[in-house]
Amino acid sequence: MNVTSLLLVLVSIALLGYFGGYRKARALSSSAKTHSRPQYHGYLVALWALLPALAVLMAWTMSQEAIITRLVMSELPATAQHQSAAERSLFINQFKNLAQAKKSAVDESGVSLPNEEDDPLTNQAANRYLHWQERSQVARTLAVITLAALAIWLTLRRLRASFQARNRVEKIIQFIMMLSASIAILTTVGIVFSVLFEALQFFRHVPITEFLFGTHWNPQTAIRADQVGGSGSFGAIPLFTGTLLISLIALSVAVPLGLFSAIYLAEYASPRVRAIAKPVMEMLAGIPTVVYGFFAALTVAPLIRQTAESLGLSASSESTLAAGLVMGIMIIPFVSSLSDDVISAVPQILRDGSYAMGATKSETIKQVIIPAALPGIVGGVLLAASRAIGETMIVVMAAGLAANLTANPLDSVTTVTTQIVTLLTGDQEFDSPKTLAAFALGLGLFVVTLGLNIISLYVVRKYREQYE
Amino acid sequence: MNHTEKIQHSLKKRHAREKRFRLYGLLSVSISILFLLSLLGDIGFKGMPAFWQTKVKLDIHLDPERLGLGPNPDQDDLFQANYQRLIADTLTRMFPDAKTRQQRRALKNLVSKSAAYELRDAVIANPQLLGQTRPFWFLAKDDVDVYMKGRIDRNLPESQRRIKDYQLAWIDTLKSQGRLKQGFNTTFFTNSDSREPEQAGIRGAFTGSMLTMLVTLSLAFPIGVLAALYLEEFAPQNNRWVDLIEININNLAAVPSIVFGLLGLAVFIGFFGVPRSAPLAGGLVLTLMTLPTIIITSRAAIKAVPNSIREAALALGASKTQVAFGHVLPLSLPGILTGTIIGMAQALGETAPLLLIGMVAFVADVPHSIFDPSTALPVQIYLWADSPERAFVERTSAAIIVLLLFLMAMNALAVFMRKKFENKW
Amino acid sequence: MTLDKTALVVDNNNNSTEVNLTGSASDTADMLDMTIGETVGKALLEDAKLNVRHANVFYGDKQAIHDISLDIGKNEVLAMIGPSGCGKSTFLRCLNRMNDTIPICRVEGSFLLDGEDIYDRRQDPVLLRSRVGMVFQKPNPFPKSIYDNVAYGVRLHGLAKNRAELDEIVEKSLRRAGLFNEVKDDLHKPGTGLSGGQQQRLCIARTIAIDPEVILMDEPTSALDPIATALIEELITELSEKYTIAIVTHSMQQAARVSNRTAYFHMGKLVEVNDTDSVFTTPQHPLTENYITGRFG
Repeated sequence: MNVTSLLLVLVSIALLGYFGGYRKARALSSSAKTHSRPQYHGYLVALWALLPALAVLMAWTMSQEAIITRLVMSELPATAQHQSAAERSLFINQFKNLAQAKKSAVDESGVSLPNEEDDPLTNQAANRYLHWQERSQVARTLAVITLAALAIWLTLRRLRASFQARNRVEKIIQFIMMLSASIAILTTVGIVFSVLFEALQFFRHVPITEFLFGTHWNPQTAIRADQVGGSGSFGAIPLFTGTLLISLIALSVAVPLGLFSAIYLAEYASPRVRAIAKPVMEMLAGIPTVVYGFFAALTVAPLIRQTAESLGLSASSESTLAAGLVMGIMIIPFVSSLSDDVISAVPQILRDGSYAMGATKSETIKQVIIPAALPGIVGGVLLAASRAIGETMIVVMAAGLAANLTANPLDSVTTVTTQIVTLLTGDQEFDSPKTLAAFALGLGLFVVTLGLNIISLYVVRKYREQYE
Repeated sequence: MNHTEKIQHSLKKRHAREKRFRLYGLLSVSISILFLLSLLGDIGFKGMPAFWQTKVKLDIHLDPERLGLGPNPDQDDLFQANYQRLIADTLTRMFPDAKTRQQRRALKNLVSKSAAYELRDAVIANPQLLGQTRPFWFLAKDDVDVYMKGRIDRNLPESQRRIKDYQLAWIDTLKSQGRLKQGFNTTFFTNSDSREPEQAGIRGAFTGSMLTMLVTLSLAFPIGVLAALYLEEFAPQNNRWVDLIEININNLAAVPSIVFGLLGLAVFIGFFGVPRSAPLAGGLVLTLMTLPTIIITSRAAIKAVPNSIREAALALGASKTQVAFGHVLPLSLPGILTGTIIGMAQALGETAPLLLIGMVAFVADVPHSIFDPSTALPVQIYLWADSPERAFVERTSAAIIVLLLFLMAMNALAVFMRKKFENKW
Repeated sequence: MTLDKTALVVDNNNNSTEVNLTGSASDTADMLDMTIGETVGKALLEDAKLNVRHANVFYGDKQAIHDISLDIGKNEVLAMIGPSGCGKSTFLRCLNRMNDTIPICRVEGSFLLDGEDIYDRRQDPVLLRSRVGMVFQKPNPFPKSIYDNVAYGVRLHGLAKNRAELDEIVEKSLRRAGLFNEVKDDLHKPGTGLSGGQQQRLCIARTIAIDPEVILMDEPTSALDPIATALIEELITELSEKYTIAIVTHSMQQAARVSNRTAYFHMGKLVEVNDTDSVFTTPQHPLTENYITGRFG
């Protein structure tokens, strides 16, 4: 039985459990007053029927693929065993594809396909694979259904009039809620482990000092061991400087525009203008980044190149400036929204105090409001910076792939995120330094943005406390 | 009044500075809005033509002999017959001036390669057509289409045009015979990706996006709501675990999306063996990405439910869980749904993490389940944006228009719900 | 602009009330409904610093001030009292156009400072506010050092030629606000770190640093403890030697202690204004009497 139908069966079993519990509690309540209303007894039985069975189903489904693959490989004759890791994974892919093809052929026409040019070993493996898969599915179905039935029987036996079914149900629900909330922690742990683990493997191939301080980036690795010059170089400095350059351009667009917009909307604009302009500006943050990337690559970059050429400057067609400018516009709302919030949160009596001294509006803003709101504004800028550093699509589409070490915004540079995408979207093997390098870059990206986030959240929170 | 005079003296300068400052603010807002408008305008201008498609009418003589069919062809024969030859014959008959090999190839390329399949499907559906001469409307090749939309300047020197003079002459002839027409481009919505621009459509990518969203919604919504409810209603104060959860939620909301892609690649695909390129993998990654948004907005909505309601219910003997699910949740549901829609809109536009989990492959089929290889709408945009053909630029922009319309509709729905169900306690 | 004094005949005999004043608690509602009529007492002065005639103030559709005419004399301390929401603060904020910052607020009538129209189109609110300073209900030092707080207005208006002169003005202002000895070693610490009473005196120092002609005070001690209040009241008396002061207060005792004249406001109208002694000893309007005898307020 496949997962979907098994789930349906489980739900029906749980429903049966519910009615079983409900009826037993109703019967109990005719002789004595029950602690909980009958439906809670029902819920409890249903939950016990469902949860352990679900857990087993999940664990089984997640692990069966790996276990079956190992089983199949161990059954094969010795000739298939001493392959290199790459050949092994290729072979596994082949027999799985074949198995898939066989299965769908069976599903559709009811006749099994004649094997064409597949070699017998692959064919054998595919057959074994299908065989084990079938076994596993049957066993899984049996295990899950038995477990659910057993749980119903055990729970039903425990029901008494004094049984605190409601409290138990609520305990279980609270536990599920706690688990849901803990997914946030699991995600962080998952990120840290996945990136860290692969990055450490990478540093076994490439020394960390070369990665951090090397100035040459050319991640070509040997396809064959005897290839010339195939070792590749993984000095990430050009990526860091490229990321920095683009982020700086973006911030030098976003910070003044965002800050002045926030000031204008919070202090000058009439309520009507504000009611229109604010959501329109926030639309900038809602447009998918791939759209900005398209615009940067196909509209802004050619424009910049033409302008530069008409001024007698040479500009690359994949210009840093185009990516930076467009990214800057994209992160304006991050600066302006948060700045607007903190500027509006500055108490009115401070403004009144300044006006009463004979200050003009701009003097009040510059000398009283901005200094008072500064921590919040800094928080917003840091958040925008972290956004700029982690932004992927705009740079992938509009910045180049050439790892130049340059500060010229008309040249093309590449960034950390661009390289991660490039390294991981081509043909890949999981263990080559080229693939692992992407995770090392990801680790760097995560650490830097995490640091910026923590600082900015801290700064903003301190600011909030000041005025609460 | 020495004092007042002194102040009066500097006033002009100070007021000028005030005006300048105000102007900077107005300029900043205007630049931002202007940019938004030029972005939308540019994409609209580039994308609108893609919703129209040129078709060519050819009178095809369905000659069984040229098709290489015997007297009683079966399904397989009909399926494998050479329909391309009939189309080439027709065109050669109409334009006998095509002499060189290059010109003959150009002639065949007036209509899309899909023409042969259309013809085949028509014949299989109605074998009686064999032997007759019938008019058929075929998709025009992308170059013809782009020219018909006025996006190729025929006054340019021939060497700088994608369409040569002799092709122009053919097109003019077809036009004068009424054999060219422009109609709504249904292909764009019914086809999936294709190497040929005129056959490429967004159906596959769109379905992929919807399947991905389905996975995301069905995971992120319940988990997000339960987590928010726990943190607001049940979590013990000053508990280290709870503090850790809160810090993590706030930080995850700002982690770059590509890092989630790395997580998905290493954990979901590498460790749990979720199929690569499948909406399931994409949906799982996007779930983790949207969870913080949903949790944060849901918490705000739950917080807005006044305590008096909780106390009233508790005083009637309801348990904490009953209060949470029976009173707090229904009252905060509009706010939670609003937050969920906003989170889903974010997820719908997300591209980078999907690239890493392999949803960038060329997929010409419509995915049927969350396990099939698939792309998503934003990824399709990314893929098409890389193609140099003019017709693909058009289609990229059109796909962006579709995506933006969807996002706008979602956001409008969120705004509407917030307005409609806004509780004034 | 000539002052039309005949239009404002103050009628001392006829207070048009319709309520008998044998007042028990149940009459309170009636008392609040009492017709107020013309202002009682001595609203107008010869040679005043500020002349207000027929002031009407609206917040949107709601009228907050009804036809108030009142003069404030040179170097006098005018106390404005009355129940909450009676319009006394609104009236005060009209005198330096602080109401300009509230978009829905509309002011009518004539407001003259030394015979100059405050609301004239050519009048610059920036210049006006440098002449008419204001101290607020809640101390509002800027998030800057004590020194910078006092120097704020001086720098804005370019009143000090150099650092030495600025230092001198800051010290002088802090001394006159009676704060210098307490803070002289901490001039560069933030003003927000001071106690409430000190903060309020810092705000007064900040105001007098630019040497205004009039100081408006909007319940300046309502957020302070009794000792800090006493210090501020003392300061007000000292300052009245040099400045014209208008103070809004909730506390009748405070009005009695610090002011020369007292104006009683009720529901946006000026009910009675007179020398402080006569208002508190022989109030002429029954509403005033009710208020100062504590029947409501």
